[in-house]
Amino acid sequence: MNMHTSRRNFLKSTGALFIAIPFASHVKAQGRIAAKTVDPAQVDAYLALNADGTATIYSGKVDLGTGLRAAFPQIAAEELGLPINKIKLIEGDTLLTPDQGSTSGSNGIPKGGMQLRQAAATARQALIKLASEKLGKPASELDAINGEVRPKAGGAGVSFANLITDKGFELKLDAKAPVRDPKTHQIVGKHVPRPDIPAKATGRFVYMHDLEVPGMLHGRTIRPDVIGAELVSVDESSIASIPGAKVVRLKNFLGVVAPDEWDAVRAAKMLKAEWKGGGLPTDSTGLRDYVKAQKISSTEALDKAGDFAAAYASAPKKLSGEFYWPAQSHASMGPSCAIADVKEGEATIWCSSQGTHRYAKHFATMLDLPANRLRVHYLDGAGCYGMNGHEDAAADAAFMSKAVGKPVRVQWSREDEHALDPKGPAQVITQEAALSADGKIVAWHTTMRCPKPTANLPTIPLLAPVEVDAKQVKGIATGSLSSGGKPPYDVPNLLVEVHWLEDTPLRPSHLRAPGKIGNCLAVETFMDELALAAGKDPVEFRLAYMSDPRGREAVERVAKLFNWDKRVEPRRNGKGRGIGYTQYKGDETYVAIAMEVDVSADGRIRVTRVAATHDCGQIISPDGVRSQVEGCILQTIGRTLFEEVKFDRNHVTSRDWASYPILTFPDLPEMKIELIDRPNEPPRGAGEAATAPVAAALANAVFDATGIRLRTVPFTAARMKSAMAESGVKFG
Amino acid sequence: MASITLTVNGSARTIDVRDPEKPLLYAIRNDLGLKGAKYGCGLGQCGSCTILVDGEPVRSCTVPVSAFAGKKITTIEGLGSPEKPHKVQAAFIAEQAAQCGYCTNGMVMTGAALLEKNPKPTAAQVKDALAQNLCRCGTHERIVAAVVKAGGARG
Repeated sequence: MNMHTSRRNFLKSTGALFIAIPFASHVKAQGRIAAKTVDPAQVDAYLALNADGTATIYSGKVDLGTGLRAAFPQIAAEELGLPINKIKLIEGDTLLTPDQGSTSGSNGIPKGGMQLRQAAATARQALIKLASEKLGKPASELDAINGEVRPKAGGAGVSFANLITDKGFELKLDAKAPVRDPKTHQIVGKHVPRPDIPAKATGRFVYMHDLEVPGMLHGRTIRPDVIGAELVSVDESSIASIPGAKVVRLKNFLGVVAPDEWDAVRAAKMLKAEWKGGGLPTDSTGLRDYVKAQKISSTEALDKAGDFAAAYASAPKKLSGEFYWPAQSHASMGPSCAIADVKEGEATIWCSSQGTHRYAKHFATMLDLPANRLRVHYLDGAGCYGMNGHEDAAADAAFMSKAVGKPVRVQWSREDEHALDPKGPAQVITQEAALSADGKIVAWHTTMRCPKPTANLPTIPLLAPVEVDAKQVKGIATGSLSSGGKPPYDVPNLLVEVHWLEDTPLRPSHLRAPGKIGNCLAVETFMDELALAAGKDPVEFRLAYMSDPRGREAVERVAKLFNWDKRVEPRRNGKGRGIGYTQYKGDETYVAIAMEVDVSADGRIRVTRVAATHDCGQIISPDGVRSQVEGCILQTIGRTLFEEVKFDRNHVTSRDWASYPILTFPDLPEMKIELIDRPNEPPRGAGEAATAPVAAALANAVFDATGIRLRTVPFTAARMKSAMAESGVKFG
Repeated sequence: MASITLTVNGSARTIDVRDPEKPLLYAIRNDLGLKGAKYGCGLGQCGSCTILVDGEPVRSCTVPVSAFAGKKITTIEGLGSPEKPHKVQAAFIAEQAAQCGYCTNGMVMTGAALLEKNPKPTAAQVKDALAQNLCRCGTHERIVAAVVKAGGARG
């Protein structure tokens, strides 16, 4: 049996993931395969050239409905010199793929894709060297084209399969291996349809939720009505009428399993249990004050220029404002789901985690297993946007599987998902700035209050291990919540600070563009306030403080695309336009968004028109980028207008779509998007950047329409109406 | 245990039902193995579980299986296949109208039902028909474009 054959068989058996293969027997049977390197420093970790002329690429980053399944093969095919239909992709399997970090922070292409590109470039360099010996021609006269290395000038070549042996490349990634000149790109930058969409449109795509493992039971968890309560007693007889239903009680963890899913759902509802204690330190109406009164663990100056305090003190015109971004839910369409098969000394977990590698370690720790005895398979879940309940559902399944000795599938209910997913935390951002007598910005101070990212802290992030009192890996970052507080403008005296808070009432995690939408709202609303105070049009005023030509181009082009209507004073007739601009994380993708809103007398805000320019450097998959930009804009309009997690002192009360509304079809605005492709620049992410200026553009448009500055999200009709009543604003 | 015969995608299928209150969704996903319809909320709010019953879109997560005896049920699998997609499915593929795709079932089924009644809907009519279907990824524009395209009207 050669390596290629065994690898193919192996992929046949696991690629589709319909069949559960016990971890140990699998490793024994496929001993040579289990030895496949996953070392991120090795070319063979990322790709294998198969005897049949295909290539398999192995990605530790996963497709979240974001189009990486098209983009990764594009990158590999281009760099290797293979048709794209010869590329197969294995993603997120911790036994087979290198740990490239979580698929988050818009780093799928910039990090994962570029590692793959460099691996493929190293492979091509090696293939050309081998072919040079075989063909007796200098390497400089050869290129890899269509699965073979051949003379650039024409003539016979030699196929990849005839150059590479079963051993693979056995090469380290060479950071200096030359990558193809973007001018020669045939596949990168072109439209490649996403391979998952035909199956998704016809109901054949296998989501995590659709997977069945032989012999599996259905599990459901029962969590207390009061967050943090302890389990006092369970009346197992309360579910005696349900055949095969069993209670799993592990300290404060309470679950039920049953062979039939509906029986498990019913049993979880019927099970009688008594809990005591628990509770939250505030409710959602008090959250803003709670955040402001929260103990500051440390204060960090993130950016400094000149002397803010002195410049501010002596300036003639001063402005200040406070902004609030509420706690929000990932609100995934499908509640989290996972399957775990925990056996003596080993475990397999099927999960939609955006960080299968990171959580494989976490799950192994909590189950007290060596890391190399736990394998995580990735399957698509419902869109997640950071870290929803996927990992919690996996932990629930794992503890129940361990208790009952069978594979267990857990799917959360809608109520579970809305109540229990870790939340994007609330933020309070304050702004102070000053203008000189001639209307120039002389000083700017941003202060952000964010819960401390939990990395390296003894914060315990997953629910079940806390309840079971199992060990956990310490610390899970909540993303760079404090990024985006620095104005993307040339300001002579600047101070950007973050107060890291000890705590936040609901478990925090990273939710798409963590912190940055709120921070950009504060910065960009304030920029508009400064423009007005300086007597300038918002677009003109911004451009006067921008020196980066790519940023300037994004703003200038969006003004043109939108047909920007130059004006200093707000129109105050119920219709308005606003702009927001950002360079994501300070040095990544450039985005400018112009928006038009219609505010009705009852306070309802409707976004009618959006224009966006987006420069993420080199574009790999144009339609993939466009789709992400559309999603960023629409999802964030919803987050800005409607979304706020409501809770009382016991629990989250916004536990369905009626109490936690999101954007709907009637809210859909007209959208114009211009992608600015820069093939010679490094590719940056597209999964989050366009979210950041959305709330700001919307708030600025509302100001133009009404003369009212909304600084508290969400901009609900009730909030707008009361602000209008307070200011005596009327239309028509 | 009672048994119920359902007509699903043109075939009669008999299933055992212990709890007559079991929602149809659980029967078609687990008893019949048709996984295209998704559990989204169990409350009839999001539309991910939509199937067609005698041509009408129905949220299968809230209605008991016992209510469907003798009714003609169509699931997304019965509408078309990757090889032979229904025109709405073909338009979703052409427009690349899915991100995560978890809501796609409801969008396709509601879109197909709309075209039965209104063969050439406008974009406004499509938005109206899909007003109670939720999408979290922000694929709305492509979904509307796909349904309009399937009908052949100009948006």
